[in-house]
Amino acid sequence: MHLYHLTLSRPSGVQTACYGNFSGPKAQEVVVSRGKVLELLRPNEMGKLVTVVSTEVFGCIRALAPFRITGASTDYVIVGSDSGKGLGRSSTEWSLDWTGEAASVAQKQLTFYELDLGLNHVVRKWSDPVDNGANMLIPVPGGADGPGGVLVCAENFIIYKNQDHEEVRAVIPRRNDLPGDRGVLIVSYASHKKKAYSFFLVQSEYGDIYKVTLEAQQETVTAVKVKYFDTVPPCASIAVLKTGFLFAASEYGNHALYQFIVANLLGEEIPQIYALTGRGPRSALAVLRPGLAVTELAASPLPGNPTAVFTVKHAMGDEFDAYIVVSFTNATLVFAIGEEVKETNDSGFLGTVPTLHTQLLADNSLLQVHPGGLRHIRPDRRINEWKVPGRRQITRATTNEHQVAIALGGDVIYFELDPMGQLLEAEKKEMGDDVACLDIAPVPEGRARCRFLAVGCYDSTVRVLGRALPAIPESLLMLYGGADEGGPDSGLFLQVALQNGVLMRTEVDRISGQLTDPRSRFLGTRPPRLFPVSVRAHRSMLALSSRPWLGFSDHGRFSIIPLSYEALDYAAGFASDQCPEGFVAVSKGSLRILAVENVGETFNQQVTRLRYTPRRLAIHPTHNTLFVAEADHAAIPLAEREDVKERLQAEGGMESDAVQGIEFDEDMAALEEQFGTPRGQPGQWAACLRIVDPATLSTAFVVELDNNEGIQSMCLAPLASPSATNGAVETMLVVGTASGLRYYPTECDAAYLRVYRILDAGRRLELLHKTQVDGGPVGALCAFKSRLLAGCGSILRLYELGKKKMLRKCEYKQLPHYIASLNACGSRIYVGDSQESVHFMKYKKADNHLYIFADDASPRYVTSVLPLDYDTMAVADKFGNVGVLRLPPDVSAQVIVYGTAMGGIGAFYPFSSREDADFFTHLEMHMRQEHPPLCGRDHMAFRSAYWPVKDCVDGDLCAQYPSALGAKQRSMAEELDRTPGEVLKKLEDIRNKIL
Amino acid sequence: MATLSDRMSINTQIEHLQSKYVGTGHPDISRFEWALNIHRDSYASYIGHHPMLAYFSTVENESIGRVKYDFLQKMLLPCGIPPKPQDAEEEEEEEMEDQGKK
Repeated sequence: MHLYHLTLSRPSGVQTACYGNFSGPKAQEVVVSRGKVLELLRPNEMGKLVTVVSTEVFGCIRALAPFRITGASTDYVIVGSDSGKGLGRSSTEWSLDWTGEAASVAQKQLTFYELDLGLNHVVRKWSDPVDNGANMLIPVPGGADGPGGVLVCAENFIIYKNQDHEEVRAVIPRRNDLPGDRGVLIVSYASHKKKAYSFFLVQSEYGDIYKVTLEAQQETVTAVKVKYFDTVPPCASIAVLKTGFLFAASEYGNHALYQFIVANLLGEEIPQIYALTGRGPRSALAVLRPGLAVTELAASPLPGNPTAVFTVKHAMGDEFDAYIVVSFTNATLVFAIGEEVKETNDSGFLGTVPTLHTQLLADNSLLQVHPGGLRHIRPDRRINEWKVPGRRQITRATTNEHQVAIALGGDVIYFELDPMGQLLEAEKKEMGDDVACLDIAPVPEGRARCRFLAVGCYDSTVRVLGRALPAIPESLLMLYGGADEGGPDSGLFLQVALQNGVLMRTEVDRISGQLTDPRSRFLGTRPPRLFPVSVRAHRSMLALSSRPWLGFSDHGRFSIIPLSYEALDYAAGFASDQCPEGFVAVSKGSLRILAVENVGETFNQQVTRLRYTPRRLAIHPTHNTLFVAEADHAAIPLAEREDVKERLQAEGGMESDAVQGIEFDEDMAALEEQFGTPRGQPGQWAACLRIVDPATLSTAFVVELDNNEGIQSMCLAPLASPSATNGAVETMLVVGTASGLRYYPTECDAAYLRVYRILDAGRRLELLHKTQVDGGPVGALCAFKSRLLAGCGSILRLYELGKKKMLRKCEYKQLPHYIASLNACGSRIYVGDSQESVHFMKYKKADNHLYIFADDASPRYVTSVLPLDYDTMAVADKFGNVGVLRLPPDVSAQVIVYGTAMGGIGAFYPFSSREDADFFTHLEMHMRQEHPPLCGRDHMAFRSAYWPVKDCVDGDLCAQYPSALGAKQRSMAEELDRTPGEVLKKLEDIRNKIL
Repeated sequence: MATLSDRMSINTQIEHLQSKYVGTGHPDISRFEWALNIHRDSYASYIGHHPMLAYFSTVENESIGRVKYDFLQKMLLPCGIPPKPQDAEEEEEEEMEDQGKK
């Protein structure tokens, strides 16, 4: 089996960030590292962060720092990576021109080094013992900007140190509810430098931000002042932008993924992904759907069934649209866009005919195309009419700001706007067959006209120069795209939607008009209609089939992504004050204004809040409800939360036992999200079980666990009931818990199996009984032949449901460390050990005996196991490796989808043919040589950091093929006996197969 | 058959490895030193790989910064106080015996 690995949604967790002016002297920008992805972010006018560039470096990014060459106006980024070639590869903190912290001796030392630019060498200046709790250094600007020296952040203290200067200490303020033996540790900082004063913002591990200022008299610092500033969730990195924004890269947003299930519970077109995300008070259950999230800004009913909708501006330079024009079969309505959208009669448009097209022309006149002719509304309200000769009617029309083309049956008539502001008939051409669709691209910048008109006819051809199609074209659209987007050298692409639901994209040669390099993709069962809309200020495509799709250029690569919205009939681009990049659409007799947020994200998500960190997720097979197990270490259970009780009493009324849970109170949950929950003692646990209705994403039932038990495992198991003799089974929810679980070393007071009966069609739970088990925490559970398999520490046991408790039937004690996962298929049991990979076991019923018959030779630290078929397992380990283990050959082809702790989602796709596998293996090889990763890390070494990579092609590296230089692309393609276009097509095809 | 020069080159290679990587080890390495190297390597790897820190911090319900600090501290003495060298231990035993005789 050869696999193709591709990241579907890149990790969202930020691990380091640095602020600077990277692309221009005044640009306020942040460079962030998301593990192995380097990104440049910029806040836009709306205060939203926009990703400007994103690139995968195939290596670990350990540190980032801005660096400015003397006299330059822009910054460079220094990347510390694991390649051994950059600046980094040291685990100590380093700052601009001095570094410190030698942890090799028991006493921590602070050492100053000086960089000698002439010699390009560092010189050790002086060294001084420092508090042993020191964990971070903050450089203090020296010279003209301040006293120089360094702030040492230590547990509970911030200390100022400098050469020949007495150390100045300040205590970090503590939270009231913090246990006495807990220290306060600074985890991130940002410095802000202004002419008049400078200050530092430092953040503690609990999320509190303090403002640190230095009081100095000339060169002598007299005091360090630490003042509480605000609280945001703990951050990996913070930065103050000159524009006054605080950039906070949270350690955990809602991005960390723990477990997810791909299921189609709601009977939608594409299965949903149910994912457990986040941590503590910020945890959530998310439903992910492939596609873009759509916000409905307005929806209003219309009289009758509209056939088309258009938007037009008042004048060429206008930012926003002025009118929405809605056409019916025998009339046209015009709405003016202002504070609100109102019907208007003074637009000059003819209301008694249907409208085929509208356009604002270059001289600020308006054009309405209706079946009877063209209505040209000049800026001074004079109206010119061009009537169709004879009894013919205009069937199709297309326009840009200078050119108009209309189709009368099989004839195409072409008009141009002359310098006098008049539309003049320039040419007439017979097509030979009726015209099905027409499109003309906007006039390229600096040109007088667009050279090409694309015409699709009912004889299944599209003509720029005439080309046969597999079906009748429905709609056409011309787009600019490619590497140099919108520039004079960008490619021109013709999009052809066919009546069989296929979208074809071909490149139009800018000189000869020849159509080359066709790619096709199936969009849906309805013939797609294509409309130009604006995405990120570029002309893009909205395709309406049985579901809407958005096609746009995503960092130079054309991607087409479905929208998570119902089918639309007709649409047009729309820009207004509230909604700079949206579209108006008509669907089932109503007019809607829609906007797409987060363009470029492969999945859109719906989220519901949870109380504690979610650990396990199960779906009831018949009732289709979701069971979520939540547990938090060192947290205080809801019932014992004094602050919650006080708050409720203060608000008056409810008894303390009526506390429903913080996640149901939006205000409280938001506060909790910001400030965090009070800390408990190590070994204190808070846990609950929850039932969620997938349709509404609302909690149907929630129960807290008592006895300081934390949930370790959960499964839905059909168990034979003890009283029944006829082999009747009932599906029970079994939860494995450990009370008072502590780490370093892992030990617990007691472990239990809790069995819950599921009532009210999967909407309520009732505790049947609780059984104490010995051996260790119950780390894994699995249903097995109407019985239950439980991994208790390193012991595997088989239990049967009893009336008062679970009855132990059989056990196996020789497993190495700790059972992390259990799966069963037939009489075969797959046991994943936390350090010793997977063991294949069997149960012999006659002897009542469990035995191992195969195991893996490599010591894998298993975190997750997915059975692929009877003999094959996909195994993920703690260090981020994924392996497929198998007894003998024969596997069915399946796509393996995974989620990571940093929030990334990826997939493994097994190649269906040897030829594909060979092609991609060779492409990967060439890419490694010709286009090595940005940070210089050896790609093969990176992918083989823990285990040598085998039979798996890195799709992320292959996907960088389009960004290689043209000459290199050609030479690589030549080596593979293909053209660059064919290579690109193959890459796109395999991507489309996975998604 | 290995010639003298082969053996020489192997020796230099090992020396090179030992100078480049701290934890390479040598034939006379003690159990404690071996464990020390492994533990320090593991902690260094955890600290160097941010997702690993995230993984640990989720389990412990701590912030990533705190886990990183704890791991750094643990790199000092990951296996507890080093045992006394063999000869020192023997001397001590002899002393004990001597005291016993007295």
